[in-house]
Amino acid sequence: MIETLVVPLVKIAVLLVGILTAVAYLVLLERKVQAWVQVRLGPMRVGPHGLLQPVADVIKLIIKEDITPARADRWVYTLAPIIVLVPALVVFAVIPFGPETNVFGIRMPLHVADINVGLLYIVSIASLGIYGTILGGWASNSKYPLLASLRASAQLVSYEVAVTMTLVSMILMAGSLSMVEIVESQQARGLWFVFAQPLAFFIYFVGGLAETNRAPFDLPEAEQELTGGFHTEYSGIRFALFFLAEYANMIVIAAVATTLFFGGWLRPFPSVAALGLLDIVPGWIWFLLKTFVLLYVFLWVRATLPRYRYDQLMRLGWKVLIPLAIANVIVTAIAVVVL
Amino acid sequence: MEGWLPIVIMIACGVGLGVVGTALSQLVGPRSPTPEKGAPYECGVPPVGDARERQSVKFYLVAMIFLLFDIEVAFLYPWAMALRDLGWVGFFQILVFFGLLLTGYIYVWRKGVLDWGSQEGL
Repeated sequence: MIETLVVPLVKIAVLLVGILTAVAYLVLLERKVQAWVQVRLGPMRVGPHGLLQPVADVIKLIIKEDITPARADRWVYTLAPIIVLVPALVVFAVIPFGPETNVFGIRMPLHVADINVGLLYIVSIASLGIYGTILGGWASNSKYPLLASLRASAQLVSYEVAVTMTLVSMILMAGSLSMVEIVESQQARGLWFVFAQPLAFFIYFVGGLAETNRAPFDLPEAEQELTGGFHTEYSGIRFALFFLAEYANMIVIAAVATTLFFGGWLRPFPSVAALGLLDIVPGWIWFLLKTFVLLYVFLWVRATLPRYRYDQLMRLGWKVLIPLAIANVIVTAIAVVVL
Repeated sequence: MEGWLPIVIMIACGVGLGVVGTALSQLVGPRSPTPEKGAPYECGVPPVGDARERQSVKFYLVAMIFLLFDIEVAFLYPWAMALRDLGWVGFFQILVFFGLLLTGYIYVWRKGVLDWGSQEGL
């Protein structure tokens, strides 16, 4: 009873609270990092150094008026944020945050579910969110959101091909679709896969920026041409749900990259025995550290790079990344067969 | 199949979060609709015409090419799992598959479907 029901429920509760807190503070971190890069201070008023700003934001978004435009398709308009939100949260279920650990005397793995098709599950669930984006843009019955949602979906599908292709090379390397087994295979070789597959990581990361509509690929939200993007008409809590999903997706991209390319919960240089001292740090802290560093790079890239033009975006996706990804799969396949 | 129960619970939690959030805001938030507030946003000027107009055919083309490529990647997943057992035979079989796909890819490229800068060739 405890094993089959209580433990998963507690894990899910911890995970959901963790995601929501992480998203709230990722937003604050983003504002702070942008501010520091631009020699400003960022939010300072609410709490020490603005640390309570996310709380204030959430309360404000809940008590704001939730407007439904008169010409909008009422049901689809309400449903769209939920369709975007659910996949973004559910994907976290298969991400392994650490090896089997003793938690209050119960030995348990630090993931909600280890299904043998983990990677396939992530790819398929994560791409469901686009339905919410395109339905939200269409249901608004307003020109900017509709155009932005079309752009967003075209952009997502263009980079989806290259990203899933890099995942194929990772499956070739690990010989498994299970997220836990992928980390264990890196442990067995004593090698983070990023060192064996730097090109795959590069394509994955660029594709990840594009799929989460982050700068320099934030065309669906290009303020100068499209005002607010596909959620221009949304306000209050429904806008907040879109925002939550967007940042949760960023964390998903970073966490999956950590698992596939940076050895998940493994310490740096897992094969070098001389660094055994580092094993004192629990695996889940390594995992969170690596994820945090990747998320920081997301914010750093946004502060550094100007936005691409739409034709440049499509050219990069279709004419550069896809051929590179195909070549990478073929080279990896040769290496796997030879070795 | 036992690993899937927690995932179903998580889906329920996600839906619950969205529904409760929306409902809470309906209860707590103010409500004072005006015709101006309900109008679609067009930078402050009165909205012109309907939003759902004709869009560029490029979007449809990209959707179609995406379908082909994505089905191809879906074929690659089982192949990638089995390659260690298939050996060179499996490798050359997939190479033929890639060859066919690349032929279509080059055709699409030369036809200008992937160029968004100019409308020539369409």
